[in-house]
Amino acid sequence: MDKITQKLMQKSESTKKDSLGRAISLAALSLIVIVVISIFTFVMSRGLSTFFHDGVHVKDFLLGSTWNPSVINPQTKQPYIGALPMILGSFIVTFLAAIVATPFAIGTSLFMTEIAQKRGAKIMQPIIELLVGIPSVVYGVIGLTVIVPFIRQIFGGSGFGILSGTIVLFVMILPTITSMTVDTLKSVPRHYRESALAIGATRWQMIYKVVLRAATPGILTAIVFGMARAFGEALAVQMVIGNAALMPHDLTSPASTLTSVLTMGIGNTVMGSLQNDVLWTLAMILLLMSLVFNLVVRAIGRKGELK
Amino acid sequence: MNAKTADKIATGVIYAISGIVALILISMLAFILIRGVPHLSWHFLTSPARAFEAGGGIGIQLFNSFYLLILAMLISFPIALGAAIYLNEYAKKGRFTSIVRTAIEILSSLPSVVVGLFGFLIFVVQFGFGFSILSGAIALTIFNLPLLTRSIETSLAQIPNLQREAGSALGLSRWETVIHVILPAAVPSIVTGVVLSAGRVFGEAAALIYTAGQSAPALNFADWNPFNISSPLNPMRPAETLAVHIWKINSEGIMPDLNAVSAGASAVLIIVVLLFNFSARKIGAKLYKKLTSA
Amino acid sequence: MSKSHRGTIVTTVVAVAVVAALGTAYATREKGSSGTSITAVGSTALQPFVEAAGEEYAKTNLGTFINVQGGGTGTGLSQVSQGAVDLGNSDVFAEEKDGIDAKKLVDHQVAVVGIAPLLNKNIGITDLSIKQLQAVFTGKVTNWNQVGGKNQKIVIINRAAGSGTRATFEKFGLKGAQSIEAQEQDSSGMVRSIVATTPGAISYTAFGYIDKTVVAASVDHIAPTNKNVAAGKYPIWSYEHIYTNGKPKPAVAKFLKYLTSEEIQSTLVPKLGYISIHDMRVIRQVDGEITVK
Repeated sequence: MDKITQKLMQKSESTKKDSLGRAISLAALSLIVIVVISIFTFVMSRGLSTFFHDGVHVKDFLLGSTWNPSVINPQTKQPYIGALPMILGSFIVTFLAAIVATPFAIGTSLFMTEIAQKRGAKIMQPIIELLVGIPSVVYGVIGLTVIVPFIRQIFGGSGFGILSGTIVLFVMILPTITSMTVDTLKSVPRHYRESALAIGATRWQMIYKVVLRAATPGILTAIVFGMARAFGEALAVQMVIGNAALMPHDLTSPASTLTSVLTMGIGNTVMGSLQNDVLWTLAMILLLMSLVFNLVVRAIGRKGELK
Repeated sequence: MNAKTADKIATGVIYAISGIVALILISMLAFILIRGVPHLSWHFLTSPARAFEAGGGIGIQLFNSFYLLILAMLISFPIALGAAIYLNEYAKKGRFTSIVRTAIEILSSLPSVVVGLFGFLIFVVQFGFGFSILSGAIALTIFNLPLLTRSIETSLAQIPNLQREAGSALGLSRWETVIHVILPAAVPSIVTGVVLSAGRVFGEAAALIYTAGQSAPALNFADWNPFNISSPLNPMRPAETLAVHIWKINSEGIMPDLNAVSAGASAVLIIVVLLFNFSARKIGAKLYKKLTSA
Repeated sequence: MSKSHRGTIVTTVVAVAVVAALGTAYATREKGSSGTSITAVGSTALQPFVEAAGEEYAKTNLGTFINVQGGGTGTGLSQVSQGAVDLGNSDVFAEEKDGIDAKKLVDHQVAVVGIAPLLNKNIGITDLSIKQLQAVFTGKVTNWNQVGGKNQKIVIINRAAGSGTRATFEKFGLKGAQSIEAQEQDSSGMVRSIVATTPGAISYTAFGYIDKTVVAASVDHIAPTNKNVAAGKYPIWSYEHIYTNGKPKPAVAKFLKYLTSEEIQSTLVPKLGYISIHDMRVIRQVDGEITVK
């Protein structure tokens, strides 16, 4: 065989390079997948050992309302591992923050896309981007030095509690929801607006009856993303919520969230003991909830597509 | 109520809401800066923290924050770049791609405290790295990867397909097209994305409290040999960052001038993050101009 | 092609330079210092003490580096019993922590910390008996007028579950009774400012944090002072422990000896609000039994 055929039969240098590059980039991608899988495996295996290794009933854990893992209940011979107070605390602050933040986010994004595009782009856009960038500990410091004393003055008590946590989280998730809502509103086709205005609708009628309707799935997605952020936020909430593993009965008494109990407790417990395992179970709930938020976003996306 | 009044009221409400949001941000920034800036001095920015006496600074914490940031970016950028290139240039629609995208989405929505605890379990305890810069940098990498990957992928996707076709027409392989055509064109927006994510990483605390640790031992700034234990470059020493320091002194600090230190440190943190935000835009715009005019 | 060759050459040169630099750095590292590095992990309350003492120690013992990390008592004890670190700082006896094999560990007591009940000034109470403390913290009484104070609702502020301060207070202040679930704060300074500003608030903190904004109540008519603790009269106090896994290495033993030296015990220890181990005229065992020295 002569040289030319041989050369033509072989892979060219750029093909070799191409497969090398492809392999390298695929390896980088696989690394991310491996990281995700190992996070799930390790956190789940630690979290589940509460049930398999320490023999705690799932029902006692999820529905019990007393949390004090280092103390044994004399009647049942089981430690007090009711995680309901923290689970409720997490859900309540998350929902309240989302409920307060949503009208503000929608209002601001309407301002930016429908009412005053120019000023929106010039003033509000950078403001929202700056809010996204503020680190969560700074929100915590502001909560601790401004919001907590303020609540204490008005409602009495210590000022720590769900209300303070809600206010801090509201400001934290506001930019997340707003910027995603802005994107959705911008993607509503221009002719929707034009046809609404052409048949004599006022601007508000156009916004309310056409633009917001068309953007509903996108706005819902934005809210769910905001809630996911609120649910997983740790330090800012821990600094203002008061950290009492009590069933929350009003908004101004101290409560706790999954994240606040985790950050306070993990260093004080011994790896492998029941007290430590139950904390990992809390981490596992956080993990599963972020999965749930993801599924909800997908479900919304699919429904939105059908219409 | 007729439609016109409704329109006016709604417009008024929307204006009011936007005004409130603007007011919240401005008053927050003003509060942090007015409270903190008077405490800033060269001494405060460079001297080590004091645990139980007044007059400590944030020098070591500030250095740790930047060092961790650089290490985390050095590890995460190549991985994110590779992953983004694969997703945008090679991946075909299929089961594998959708699994990968789901994985990245999940990783990006994971609470950072879970990432930190995972780092604690694996790197600090199992691998025996201890509370160290190395453990912290890996945790920050995990925290940073999904967002950086997505932002680079968006940058690559913005490059029109015409460029890719031109590359193929010239006989370049796909890899050569990516390296010589697509990446250079995407550099401005990639840089913007990287600097923005650097701002996020700089302010992150929850992923670090159980990985990089909560203590900042004294450093010998004359010794830059990374194998010496008191060298600032040693990756195996514990390193409390600025954000962790703020959290820690606010939840269990005992120094008498706690409020001053906390206010000053918060102001520094905000200023650095704002600088990242502004420079991201500036650098991106400048690079774009330079690369397109050339 | 030549462009990509140049790229390869540049990359190679950079890689060689980095490797060479690291090699030189490794060859010229201070072998002495890496030989005697002592790592301590654990209690965040004890961290500033060991850190400050470690810095002093390094000044006179050049080449020794004391690496102190927080992470909490639980982390400290489990790390030291696995042999991952030299010293485990703890606020409680290792026997009191679940999941720790205390037999392997050697206890070094480096200081004593007294803990006082902290009351809001307006309650009008300056003395509480152990029984009254129990009643207040277990929720049997809910108004201060039931224990001789004003008509004011009782607001309890706890320390984090698992923290040393709380364990000590419940063990000796409440005679082993468990406090009811209430608000938890990790920071002593924060606890003090909440008690000072919240009507009817009660908490507890180490002596070092007592100031004029709050009332530090006597317990059974004995004032919370260092003197009363040292004499064994005042009941609520505990040791600060540093554990080693088995007998410490000579370098570690030298540092531990330094921590209990007169020099440190008379300067650093009182500065941090602790009581010197040498002032104590009583010894307490794990089970709480007290004997006179």
